[in-house]
Amino acid sequence: MYESDGSIMVYWHALDIQDSSPCQHLRCAPPAGLSSGMVLVFDIPQKGTNITVSEVLKEHRDAITDIAAELGQAPVRAFNFLCVWDSLEQLIVTGALVPSWTCSSVRLWNGIVAAGYGNGQIRLYEAATGSLRAEVGAHARWIYALDLAPATGKLLSGAEDSFVHVWKLSRNPDTDDVEIEHCHAECVTDTQICGARFCDPEGNSFAVTGYDLSEIFCYSQV
Amino acid sequence: MAVIALSPTERRSAQHNAHLTRRRILIGRAAAAKTAPSDWLSRCLGDGGWRLATGAMSARTLPLLFLNLGGEMLYILDQRLRAQSIPGEKARKDEWTDVDRKRVMNDIITTMFNKKFMEELFKPQELYSKKALRTVYDRLAHASIMRLNQASMDKLYDLMTMAFKYQVLLCPRPKDILLVTFNHLDAIKDFICDAPGILNQVDETFRQLIEMYGCLSAGEFQLIRQTLLIFFQDMHIRVSIFLKDKVQNSNGRFVLPISGPVPWGTEVPGVIRMFNCNGDEVKRTEFTTGGNYVTPQREGSFELYGDRVLKLGTNMYSVSRPAETHTSGSSKTLASSAKVNAFLILSLVKLMTLAARCVSKVCRWSHMAEGFPLGSFTTPIRLYTLFPPSLNSWVTGSSIH
Repeated sequence: MYESDGSIMVYWHALDIQDSSPCQHLRCAPPAGLSSGMVLVFDIPQKGTNITVSEVLKEHRDAITDIAAELGQAPVRAFNFLCVWDSLEQLIVTGALVPSWTCSSVRLWNGIVAAGYGNGQIRLYEAATGSLRAEVGAHARWIYALDLAPATGKLLSGAEDSFVHVWKLSRNPDTDDVEIEHCHAECVTDTQICGARFCDPEGNSFAVTGYDLSEIFCYSQV
Repeated sequence: MAVIALSPTERRSAQHNAHLTRRRILIGRAAAAKTAPSDWLSRCLGDGGWRLATGAMSARTLPLLFLNLGGEMLYILDQRLRAQSIPGEKARKDEWTDVDRKRVMNDIITTMFNKKFMEELFKPQELYSKKALRTVYDRLAHASIMRLNQASMDKLYDLMTMAFKYQVLLCPRPKDILLVTFNHLDAIKDFICDAPGILNQVDETFRQLIEMYGCLSAGEFQLIRQTLLIFFQDMHIRVSIFLKDKVQNSNGRFVLPISGPVPWGTEVPGVIRMFNCNGDEVKRTEFTTGGNYVTPQREGSFELYGDRVLKLGTNMYSVSRPAETHTSGSSKTLASSAKVNAFLILSLVKLMTLAARCVSKVCRWSHMAEGFPLGSFTTPIRLYTLFPPSLNSWVTGSSIH
């Protein structure tokens, strides 16, 4: 784990020899997901570097492919299994997802879990109950990247089909239904998108890169 | 690494609302770095990129890499040897006949599917280094009476690797990489259809593949695919057959079509379905994607025999098979262009019957590190220049990064 500017390493955690697979996913805040399927939860104090492992969650059998966290909740998803943890202590809901496809990326916003799949689908779930709220035939190939702009609920999806899509998530105040609408499509010619991120919390600009590319393309709204 | 913003800004119009400007940030030093610059950049931009750059590599990739590259090599050698074949009764001692061609193909295939070697290959392990893998194919190409000079071998290897890179990149589903492998094996079985002994070996390898890969999940296949893509990262050698068929751009990058059938198991993009808390669909909307996709007709077969449906991995050098091009919307046949194209011309260097006689008594080949068997031959060795420099080269220029 490093300082947020990447300058200093503040903590390292040695894995047991049995955990022969490397740590596959890390975020700036705990937890960390391993390709053995375990999730390591760290206690990070407000100040100082006294970081300790507070617990190990063993629910997934397959490798962890993404972790998202919002205050109090953290969906973790593995090859084909999604779990949402409440305050990282209690498993709220588990669900076997699209059985033959891998969930490759996950984001959490406002109690909505957005999950991107290997068959190009984006699915929205209610974080509290695990129920499916929306299904989008978003891409024609494996979705590699999802990102959320927390201020506006914009969702960015990038996939191997060369497309990047911007969506808008919202909740209907009357029915409490989750809604998603398509805002914009961008084709990065001849590029399999591997990474996509919003550059600001409102989602007015984003950056993408792809396989075999030595460039980052930044897009911004004018 | 320094970040340099290019100016002026590029305007890249999107499919519809073209109100986005695009800036291209070129990582100056990264572009010149030897190790895949896109690794570092992908890492900055999200999980998928991180995984591609560093993460878990599959320990089950080597059999697929070896068999597919081997298949491509056989396609090229077969096409070249056919092109120069002289009818047996008319051939001089130093000329190439159909019998010789079959001999070379059989010898190489026998060596490739050697039982002991296959056992080693299928053990879970990391990929060989690029240098080690190149050595394997050097030895494999020389497993018979044919000799290739250095330049020919270089170009043969470049063509093999770019062809397989193309196939891996364009695989619709990660699992389709197995169909690509099966296409290669089906063709190899055609090459040796009149040699039942070797046919058994190939069938045995087929069964091993089905056993090892048959029940892997999509995620595990994607990991294998990523491992292969990392291996081929930053290779942009331009190949004239690809340039001609418009599957590769002049900068060496492959054309990725945004039309054609979606992968099996994927729906055509464009539909949004929304559900209430009881699971009932309450709203359905559509959006335009910018691509032009259609539903696939059927799934390829993963059995020992069957229609693979996918064209990737079939012989693009043979006169009867079209190259895989979705972009044009219609398939182009190579029937006329294969002969006219003549991107490889086998020119026979008459190596001196004298020298050939000297070594022809017993010819022993050194073991490859991975355990290829010894062979001994009593027919003369022929030295070939597969790709003479005087002709329009089929691999143009150096690789571009």
